[in-house]
Order: sequence, then structure tokens, then C-alpha cells
Amino acid sequence: MHQKTVAEVSAALHAGEISSRELTDALLHRIEQFDPGLNSLITVTAEQARAAADAADARLRSGEAGPLTGVPLIHKDIFCTDGVATTCGSRMLESFQAPYDATVVRRLADAGAVMLGKANMDEFAMGSSNETSYFGPVRNPWDLDAVPGGSSGGSAAAVAARLAPAATGTDTGGSIRQPAALSGICGLKPTYGRVSRYGMVAFASSLDQAGPFARTAEDLALLLGGMAGLDERDSTSVDHVVPDYSESLNRSIKGLRIGVPREFFGEGLDADVRSRVEGALQVLEGEGAELVEVQLPNMELALPAYYVIAPAEASSNLARYDGVRFGHRCAQPQDLEDLYKRSRAEGFGDEVQRRILVGTYALSAGYYDAYYRKAQQVRRLVSEDFRQALEQVDVLAGPTSPTPAFGLGERADDPVQMYLSDIYTLGVNLAGLPGLSVPAGFSRGRPVGLQLIGGYFDEARLLNVGHKYQQVTDWHKQVPEGFE
Amino acid sequence: MAIEAEEVQQIAHLARIRIDEEAVSGYARDLNGILEFVEQMGSVDTDGVEPMAHPWDAVQRLRPDEVTEPNRRDHYQSGAPAVEAGLYLVPRVVE
Amino acid sequence: MKWETVIGLEIHAQLATRTKIFSGAPTAYGAEPNTQACPVDLGMPGVLPVLNREVVRMAIKFGLAVGARIAPRSVFARKNYFYPDLPKGYQISQYDLPIVEGGHLDIELEDGASKRIGITRAHLEEDAGKSLHEDFHGMTGVDLNRAGTPLMEIVSEPDLRSPAEAAAYMKKLHALVRYLEICDGNMQEGSFRCDANVSVRPTGQEAFGTRAELKNLNSFRFVERALEYEVERQIDLLESGGEVVQETRLYDVDQGVTRSMRTKEEANDYRYFPEPDLLPVEVDTALVEEVRETLPELPDEKRRRFEQEDGLPAYDAGVLTATREMADYFEHAVSESGGFAKRTANLLMSELLAYLNKDGLEIGASPVTPEMLGTLVVRVEDETLSSRGAKDVFEAMWAGEGGPDEIIEKKGLKQVTDTSAIEALVDEAIANNPKQLEQYRAGKEKLFGFFVGQVMKASGGKANPQQVNELLKQKLDGS
Repeated sequence: MHQKTVAEVSAALHAGEISSRELTDALLHRIEQFDPGLNSLITVTAEQARAAADAADARLRSGEAGPLTGVPLIHKDIFCTDGVATTCGSRMLESFQAPYDATVVRRLADAGAVMLGKANMDEFAMGSSNETSYFGPVRNPWDLDAVPGGSSGGSAAAVAARLAPAATGTDTGGSIRQPAALSGICGLKPTYGRVSRYGMVAFASSLDQAGPFARTAEDLALLLGGMAGLDERDSTSVDHVVPDYSESLNRSIKGLRIGVPREFFGEGLDADVRSRVEGALQVLEGEGAELVEVQLPNMELALPAYYVIAPAEASSNLARYDGVRFGHRCAQPQDLEDLYKRSRAEGFGDEVQRRILVGTYALSAGYYDAYYRKAQQVRRLVSEDFRQALEQVDVLAGPTSPTPAFGLGERADDPVQMYLSDIYTLGVNLAGLPGLSVPAGFSRGRPVGLQLIGGYFDEARLLNVGHKYQQVTDWHKQVPEGFE
Repeated sequence: MAIEAEEVQQIAHLARIRIDEEAVSGYARDLNGILEFVEQMGSVDTDGVEPMAHPWDAVQRLRPDEVTEPNRRDHYQSGAPAVEAGLYLVPRVVE
Repeated sequence: MKWETVIGLEIHAQLATRTKIFSGAPTAYGAEPNTQACPVDLGMPGVLPVLNREVVRMAIKFGLAVGARIAPRSVFARKNYFYPDLPKGYQISQYDLPIVEGGHLDIELEDGASKRIGITRAHLEEDAGKSLHEDFHGMTGVDLNRAGTPLMEIVSEPDLRSPAEAAAYMKKLHALVRYLEICDGNMQEGSFRCDANVSVRPTGQEAFGTRAELKNLNSFRFVERALEYEVERQIDLLESGGEVVQETRLYDVDQGVTRSMRTKEEANDYRYFPEPDLLPVEVDTALVEEVRETLPELPDEKRRRFEQEDGLPAYDAGVLTATREMADYFEHAVSESGGFAKRTANLLMSELLAYLNKDGLEIGASPVTPEMLGTLVVRVEDETLSSRGAKDVFEAMWAGEGGPDEIIEKKGLKQVTDTSAIEALVDEAIANNPKQLEQYRAGKEKLFGFFVGQVMKASGGKANPQQVNELLKQKLDGS
């Protein structure tokens, strides 16, 4: 039962072959059995899940069910959930319960999806390995000594381990696509503004975007349909028609022009990853797509620009954690300054503090122009590169991450080495474009991901290409050993 | 422009984070490492390039001036660290 | 050495919207602590601001009223600092691109001349909450009801040259925002707050002196007093060889002095950057024109109309347009009187203002309504009342004894205009005072007033004075 994809689960539920309650119970049991070894979940919401499953079964019986009714899933613990803890992977919010639901949570609940629990993540989504979580690192189901990627590492590991057919995540610089790649599943970062950010704990407001994880592009189409759309509570959410993403999945990709950016195959790319991605491109060529070499000349500047913009916005977004209205407060503050400084020093982990300091510095008087303003200008150049490339081709393709999953602790001491893990993904966030990662093979037993990048609001095309690729490959059908 | 230990403390003060003296040099090293690679941006000429604050040029939507938020103080304060008589308490603020 | 004072004012006007600038929580004053603070106002994790349409319209309205440029595109920015009444750790404000730029306001000086004061900009921002310093076991209590209330900060050019000019500008602006109905102007409740930048320089010098910023000058009286004190302080300092320090100072109402707000805080570094949760605000011509349609007659236009069409003296027109309430009261009363603007103005200025002043009331609290005043004017115009009688009726109305007709009836104040009745009184007065008649006829013309007095006294003050005059003249000079 746990090997079923979202589409298969949905079909079985509608056919009355299984009930949502049976499925929910089975997955809760599986979580109990396997998660202690993975640490992919921070909170398991068994009781609420059973109640939601029963309600979904009633809806299914009454014939008022949609494609996601009764489908179990896991939310990244960055999405606020009314009455259930939302920790954001931080000691700061260890005992925080939001008095409201994130729009993503609300929409999926309204569609009848069943929340099993909340996934572990890098603290405040700052990390690429899930090692910065206050609740401990998450292990990669393909290799328990390796990281699952981050920051949505818990979501990716849980779906890879078949603890749930789907999960939500957020992607600020690659935090959906990179863990999807490292964990051997599919992950979609939609166009900025496609999915509401309301109730999603902010990291870098102009880059953050929510999206789904699943094992197939077909599933992502169903999930995105349940998440996307205008939200009046988010000024940056876009009023753009939400198509039926499932409808276009099977379109032929004959004649599709796929741009292959030269900059995605340069120095630093692992040889195995290169050969798997090249193999995937050949598969797409075999399906009739045309490969075109393109250039993104300012790509190497995306990383430095990102590491100014994201920390700068974060330093401001995280100022609200001051020990006054919610969250961690130090014991017996001597005065106001002590309250702030100790609560924040105790509540935030090292990487979060590091980024707050970098961001504070980049915005401070005398440095703003050299760092923040310069980074925003570079952002435009990077964005222009994508625009020009996407004028020549329909989608871009390349590796999601330069290496397969690395070992736990391997990069923990060197922030810059860690940042390189997102070198192919964060330019997409700077530009606000949609990006998809699909499994494209293995390197020494660790998964490799193929990244597809589309024009604004072209998620349907990315899912179409991903689906066609998965029709003729079976990487996504591999199951990590011990999780069969 | 290398960051000295003293500057780390100034930044930490602006950000209201307490940093122990023994941790300062570690932070200084990390920050300098990050700033060093960030300075690669200097290699490109951005004269006349309009800074990009949002992924695209959309316009702010406006909300009707209607009350939509009822009083739910008890709910909102249920997780607050220190509350009395409906007020959030902080160490005495000296004006 | 002679010194010149240079003052610029920064005025924060709370906009009179129903809800907050970025959330749907209500803005009513005086609610129980934190009952009007929703997750957006509390800065809770994940919540986002959405801009109130009315706030934008009000800013446009103000911009049009001061002849400013309405920015087709304005941008919100974050101003970052930590304070318990600032829940997010940043204030959403406008920095580089405010919504209103480059307007002006004309003030009237004491010598009757008019002076144009430049308005640099007006931008939108959110208000902070309040810290309550009563003792909660040695702690401070934070109430965030006010957090997120829309504010418009109106920044003047340093064009003001005296504390009196500053007070005149502040009053004029106060009247304007109330005319426009974009701010209730309630200074006790903090709806209209003023900070001032003050410096002095030797007369004739072009460069500005070092300025001090005076905070929270929250009444017209304090503004003038605080500025006078501060100007004197700076001059004394400079004349005794000292230097003015650029700093923030607070006016101490009880002592009548300004004091440095010394804090251990380093110079503020607000780390402004564009607010990523909000998009640029675009105002197109259609919206500007739509708002222009809603503009009321502005005080200066009204004043000109009162002078030119109603023939009121400049001074009266100025007083009657000083506040929207005053102008509304006056126009309502004129309309009740059937259009006798001049007499309405006279009664309002001589009677109503005196009584308001005596009892310390605002015009809105006057026991004499515009309807009552209008009717009183009619009774004078139709000669039911003498002007003396009008004063008596007004006094009775103020005391709550009823409307003009009721009081005239009750007190028998109806003026006698019957010629034969007055003639009888005149004859009687002449007959009773033969000595005075003799002296008058011998050339002591001053005694005419004596006879008028006798007749009026005999009539109980009700005889029409004009008729009395005419008849007396006839009889004394004629026969």
C-alpha cells in the first residue's frame, strides 16, 4: 500500500479498494517503525490524521471527493498549522503553536488531504543538508550515513522512505529541488507567486516559494493543482489562471527545444552526476526533443548575489523573534537588551546567527550599495540571462546539484562549501522561475537529479517533460534498501 | 574589507544577538569567508543596471477598508512568554 | 549679533481609516489592550501585509490639497530597529520613493501677510504600539492595538522662521487634514503629532546651523513654547562660545524646558531596504481624478469666498474657516437665516466665540445650535429683536432656556415697532423733563441721548431704537 503513488492512491480510494483510514493507519504504523532511524518528522499528528481520514472517507462515499481527498501527506514544519506545533526546525519556536493555518495547509486540507505530521528541516530553512535543525539531522534513506539535502530534507526523506506518497516543501535557493535530487524523488519549485506564502515562516521573502514533493511528475501535477492560486493575504501571490496540470502531462515532446546551459557543466560538477545528466538528456533527445547549447554568462555570480540578498532579507524577517510575543525567551532577563540578545543567542543555531550577521552587515550604513544594491543589480543580470536563454528554447536542463548526497558532517564546518551545493538551483530563485528535479540515476548508490527550468508559469510544461521522461525510465521506481 | 572582532560585536549588537568573546574570532573568520566570495560580484560592471527587488514588475493589490479580524486576544496570547492584564511584559523600558 | 531661527516640522497624522494599514484589524481608540491586534499587527511568523486602499486614497487627497506631485509609483521600505512596541523588528515605511512629493501650504502671519511654506514630502507608514510604564512587578507592559495604524508623515521644508510661524503652520495643517476628513486631529489621543527640527544662524548667513530635533510637541501651545525655549537655549549657547549638538530633545511640559534624550544607543542604523512583502504602489491618472472629485472646498478657497461673495472682513473670514467645524457651523447657520451672512458672522464672532471661550468649549459642544443662531439672525433682521435683545436671547439660549422664539415669547422681548405706541412714550418723556428740554433747545445737543434713554427705559428696552431716534428728533427739533 505504501508503495503507491498519489495518483494510484487516489484511484484506489475512488474505486473503494482502500479507505483513507486504512492507508493512514498503515502509514502511521510505518512512521513509527522507520522514522526513529531517519528523523524525518518533528511532529506526528496521528489523532488529527485519523479524524481527517475518516472525514475524507465520508466525502469519498458521498461522491464529493476530489483527486486529493483522502491522500496522506506531510507538511514541512515551516508551514503554520493551527493548534499543531510549528517549529521551523528551531529552538526559537520549539513550543510555538500558530493560531492560524498557512494558506497551503488550508487549501490542501480543504481538498481533503490528510496531514500525517510535520517534517524536519534545516533551521529556518537555512541549510542544504538538514544538519542545522535543532531537532537533529535527517538521514538519507538511500544511505543512512549521508544527508538527504536541505532545507526540506525531512520532506524528501519521508517521501523517499515511503512514509507518505507526498510532502510539501519550500525552496528559497534550491531547498525543494536539491533534497529531491539527493533523495531520489521529484520536487517542484513553482514560479514565484504561484503558491501563497501566507503562513509560511519567512526566510527570504523575495525568493521563498512553496512546492510539492512526490515520486512522480504526475503526482506533482495533482499536488500543485491543490496548492496554487491567488491568495488575497499575500500581496506577492499572482492572479494567474491555474491550469489543469494533469491534462498536459502526456503531450508529445517531439520538437521540444531543450537548452543546455554550458555553465551547468563546468568545474565542480561530479563526473558521475555529469554522465547521469547527460544520459537523461539523451533519453529526452530520444523522445524527440532537440538539445541546444545556451549560455547563462552571469551564472557564477548568482551564488554571491544570493548570499547577500537571502541573508539580508532573513536578518530583517527574523527580527520578530525577540522573546516578547511568542517563541523562546531567556530566563530572568536583566534588561531589555539582555532579553533580546540572550533569547536570540539561545533560540537561534549557528548557521542562522551567521546569516543574520551577514545580512545585518550587508544592509548597514556604508555597505548597502556595495553589497545589497550590487546584489540586486546582479540579480537583474542573472534574470536577464535566463530570459534570453528562454527566448531561444522551451526549457533548460542540467544537473540539480553538483554532487550526489554527501556524508553527514562532511561539510558542516565550512559554510561556503555547503553553499556550493545549491550552485545550479539558486539562480532560478533569483529570477523567480519554476524548476523541477526528477530522478536520473545513481552514483555509488546515491541518487542523482535532473533539473528542468521553465519560463514564468510554465509549470505544466516542466511536468509534461518530467512525466514523459519518467514514462521511459524507472529511476523513480527504485526503492531504497530496507524501505521496500 | 576584512571584518575585525570589534566589528563582529557591533554587527551582533545591531542584530541583538549575544556573542561570547571566545566565539568572536570564529564568527569573524566565517563572515570574512562569506564576504570574500560575495565580493566576486565586483567582477561585473553593473553601472546603470536597475536593482531588482522582485522577480517581476507586478503592482501592489489594494485591500478594501473593512474589518476582517475579530478580537482573538486569548488565542493569540496563549503561547506568549509573559502576559498580564492583556499586556505583553518586557523588562522595564527606560525612556 | 542678530540671529535667525530656522524650523522645519515633521507631522505624523493618523489616517482615519476603519482598519489598519496592512491588516483588517480595527483602529478604534481606547480598546482593551491587544484586542485590536491581529497576527499581522503582532508580527507573528509567516503573516504578510496587504495594503489598505483607503490609505492610498487619503494620501492622494492630501497631495492634491497641497498642490503636490502624486508619485505614479511609490515603494515601501523596511526601517529596522528593535523596540518592544515594534513587533516585527522593523517598521514598514516609505524611504526613497514616497507617495507625495513637493507641495506647499500658505500660512497667515500676524501682520496679515501670507507666507508659503514648502512641503518636502508626505509618506505612508505604520504606527507602533505603546509601552505602558506602570509597574507590573518592575516590568513594562506592551499594548499593540495601535501597531499598524496608518500614519502619514508630512515633512515641511525648513521654511519656518519663528515659533509663531511654526504654530501657524501646524494649525493650518491640522485644519486641512480635518477638512479633508483624513485625520480626526485628536491631539490628546495622539492622532496628530509633531516633531520639529530647530536651528539658529547669524542673520544673513546662508548655511544652516546645527539643528536639534524636538520630539512629541503634541499641542499648539507646547509647540510654540518649546520652540521659543529651544531657540533661546541655542542662542545663549552660541553667544557664550558654546556649540549646538545635533541631538534629539524632549520638551518637559512641567518645567518648560527641553532636555537631551541621552541614551547609550549608538547612532541609529536603520538598514532601510525595499519591503519584499509588498509590491510597488501604482497610482494612475484615473485614480487621481477619482479622488479629486471627492475633494471638499479647501479652507483657503472658502475664505476667499466668504470675503468676496459674502463681504466679510478678512479677519472674520479667517476665523470662520480656521477649522472645518467652525466653517460648517457658520454655513449651516447662514443657511438657516436665509442667507444673512454678515449678521450671522457678527453674532457668531461676538457672542458664540465669547461664550465658547468663557466655558472652554469646542464648537461641537455648543448648546446653541446653528439652527438656533440662524433663527436668531432672522429675528433681528425682521426687527422682532433689537441687537440688545439679541444678546439677551443668546445668553438665555446658552443657559439652555430654549430656542429664540420660545425665549422671546417667554421673556416678552419682542421689539415694539408700533409708531403710535412709541410716539406716546416719546411725548411722555418730553413732558416729564421740561428742564432738560429747555437746555436741549438752548443748544445742549448732548441731551438727545438722555431722551433716548428715557424712552427706552419706559419701553422696557423693547422699543425699536431707530424709530425712537427718528420720532425724538422730529419732536425735539420740530415743535
